[in-house]
Amino acid sequence: MSFRLNALLRSPWLFHLSTGSCNNCDIEVLDCLTPRFDVERFGMVLTGSIKHADVLLVTGSCNRQSAERLRRLYEQAPKPCVVVAIGECSLSRGMFVESYNCPVPIDHVVPVDVYIPGCPPKPEAVIAGVVKLMAKVREATKKGRGKAPEEVATA
Amino acid sequence: MIYPVYLLVFGVVLTGVLGLAAGWVDRKVTARVHYRVGPPLLQPWYDLMKLAGKETLIPAGASVGTFLGAPLFGLAAVTVVATVLWVNALFPAQGFLGDWVVVIYLLLIPPVAIIVGGSASHNPLASQGVGREMQVLLAYELPFLAVAVVPVIKAGGSIRLHEILAVQAETGAFARSPSGVIALIVAVVCIQAKLALVPFDVSEAETELAGGTLIEYSGPALGLFRLTKHMLFVTLPLLVIVLFLGGITLTGPGIALAVLKYVLLLAVITVIRNTNPRLRTDQTVRLFWGPVTLLAAAAVILALAGY
Repeated sequence: MSFRLNALLRSPWLFHLSTGSCNNCDIEVLDCLTPRFDVERFGMVLTGSIKHADVLLVTGSCNRQSAERLRRLYEQAPKPCVVVAIGECSLSRGMFVESYNCPVPIDHVVPVDVYIPGCPPKPEAVIAGVVKLMAKVREATKKGRGKAPEEVATA
Repeated sequence: MIYPVYLLVFGVVLTGVLGLAAGWVDRKVTARVHYRVGPPLLQPWYDLMKLAGKETLIPAGASVGTFLGAPLFGLAAVTVVATVLWVNALFPAQGFLGDWVVVIYLLLIPPVAIIVGGSASHNPLASQGVGREMQVLLAYELPFLAVAVVPVIKAGGSIRLHEILAVQAETGAFARSPSGVIALIVAVVCIQAKLALVPFDVSEAETELAGGTLIEYSGPALGLFRLTKHMLFVTLPLLVIVLFLGGITLTGPGIALAVLKYVLLLAVITVIRNTNPRLRTDQTVRLFWGPVTLLAAAAVILALAGY
């Protein structure tokens, strides 16, 4: 595995974006940082600026207003950057699937690497999802030796 | 020429390694205060390596040279200060170039680098952070300069660091005298602000300014700023040790004593950071120009009177 990607997996900094969620998923994401779950054990910290982040955590059903913001944030993130969709709404729009205000699921706006289902997902599920993401990136690097990490991370 | 070797060995390698360790201690102690487990030992190293491999984004409208030059500027200054302090503390007999004035002057440069970089980044939140950083800088610089004069007065007007250390070797550390104790307390409060740690972190203020002055920095440039901060975690306590706590001796129990001094200072800084809420800019300025400056003035007067 490339040295660069190894360091990335040991220090993923998170940026948290709500695209119109009911806040339940956001609270569960914050739970992961509390003493009971403490994701700083894995080097994960919440950053205030997308320019510092390696992982974009997206919650919510992605309404018309926030779809544009989500796309812009993804473009602003320094690559390699991975996207994690958290909760039923961000996976499939959940109960808002017929809503006039939620035209597309978020993976039509930005490439999503990991989907974490649940309404809301438990903190254990969020952590399990992130562990799967790490395994996926490791696996992809083994297969795609010689490729640039950003290609592999979003493959 | 021995100076490049000094710069590399003491300024870069020793200060860098100790700085990363200090960064870990800070995060680990913070985690333990929160009843968390905290990050692994090599976490600050992983963070730097990761940042080194990330993309550097330059915001539209930013002045590119200044934006990318500022972190180098700050890192260079802290490297030189660290070298001067280490060599003076470890080999006082050499009469190494660089004295009190050089150290105080160069320590002003890392915050100025953050101000310059933040201003160059063309971001309103960064500008807000820069304004706050400038006010905080003006606030703590006054009492800091005042207490830094105390060891000079007590060393009979000498501004050479090795002479300040020699006087302390003869008469005991300055922190044993009343003026020295007051000066030490003021200096610890000032280095808390110099490190931009809570309660004096209005300029970065993650929760309201989203990183403030550093908001637009990414990749290696952000890594350089973090490395500078890690190195300041070593350099500033070392300055306090040299000025007030009798420096470092590498003979017998001297090593244990030196480690103890440093760890105690680091523990005090970390505990202050974890037990205080953030002060507003006006509160910070009022604190530093009010009680802290009065204390600093008291220390100077006591030192002049010979106590």
